[in-house]
Amino acid sequence: MNKKDINNIEKEMKLANEGLSEKERTLFSDARPTPVKPLNKYLEKFLNWARAESLWILAFGTGCGAIELRPLMTSRFDMFRYGIAPRPTPRQASVFVIGGYASIKTIKRIVRSYEQMQGPKFVIALGSCTINGGMYYDSYYTINRIDHYIPVDIYVAGCMPRPEALIAGFNKLKMQIKAGKCDGMNKYAENFDWYKENQKRVIKDWNMPDYNW
Amino acid sequence: MEQILNRLKQKIEIKSVINKRADLYFITIKKEHIELVLSHLKQQENFTHLAFLQAVDYIEDDKFQLTYMLYNYDIKVNLGIKVFIDRDKSEMTSIHKLWPHAWQYQRELKELFGIDFPGSPRVDESFVLEGWEEIPPMRRDFDTLAYSVKTFYQRPGRTTNDPKRYMKEKLYKNFAKSPESGRNDE
Repeated sequence: MNKKDINNIEKEMKLANEGLSEKERTLFSDARPTPVKPLNKYLEKFLNWARAESLWILAFGTGCGAIELRPLMTSRFDMFRYGIAPRPTPRQASVFVIGGYASIKTIKRIVRSYEQMQGPKFVIALGSCTINGGMYYDSYYTINRIDHYIPVDIYVAGCMPRPEALIAGFNKLKMQIKAGKCDGMNKYAENFDWYKENQKRVIKDWNMPDYNW
Repeated sequence: MEQILNRLKQKIEIKSVINKRADLYFITIKKEHIELVLSHLKQQENFTHLAFLQAVDYIEDDKFQLTYMLYNYDIKVNLGIKVFIDRDKSEMTSIHKLWPHAWQYQRELKELFGIDFPGSPRVDESFVLEGWEEIPPMRRDFDTLAYSVKTFYQRPGRTTNDPKRYMKEKLYKNFAKSPESGRNDE
């Protein structure tokens, strides 16, 4: 392969950011997300343990299920004893709790927040709406399967699931992280085009960069 | 309340009056009279509160029904004013000069029903539906299930149960032997 071909491929790999105006395009990065390989075995194991014991959830209530996070935070169910804490911004959070149904207006914000979160990041989807649409399966503005738009690590079924179920979900997530199975971020990077295609199919007024850093 | 309606009848034609409760009345008037009636009720009769403005799609009659719900704090009476407008040429006078917050209701109706309110502030901006391309979704000829199947990904294996039958089969198996008529909750 000569230099010209490599240049062409690099150009194709760059994101077009067509939703932005010419002036704005220079302000955003056009690089794709790249999969991150695990470090050596024992260090990764230690890191996974550390990640699992300090889950910081993004305080973004995306549906009716966000109401379950309040009793979880406060004294009755007290999620702090599991090392789970709420964080105000995507940059500081590592777990995204999708609380129930997501309308298209919300999925736009979900995608944006998810991409802004720093890796390693995990997603818990709670409620039947995130699994198959739930009672909103025939709604004109509620998406049916959240896993076609962002990768999901744990589903908590129910309408709504109780805080106990959510705690069980968090514990399951911890076990999976410790086993090194939660690679939603890498899945997103590998199937980036597929996810983008699905997202752009429902978000008709795409006016943000293709990958939000 | 009778006096109020009589005073109103002297000004314009009222098609029908429905008295649901002692504190809830509905009147139907013509489309042209809406500004006159509302300003009269607000300024003379002290119906100072516009509680909501909503639409119903009567597709069989080819009409939209708009309901302006007013409230009078002195005599504590709700008064709904109904107006029928054409479905094809759905356009209505904006009342944002009488109640400034009405612009929000009108913006919502523009988006969800496609009823235009010329002159209303920000009426063309999207309210909840961002980038909507189909016909307004609350119109009854819009098929939400077909749209959902077309746009979103269905998860295979979804089943739906009739709640009554399902509960009977699963939960009240022994219970159901008792005569059905004897149970009040069914």
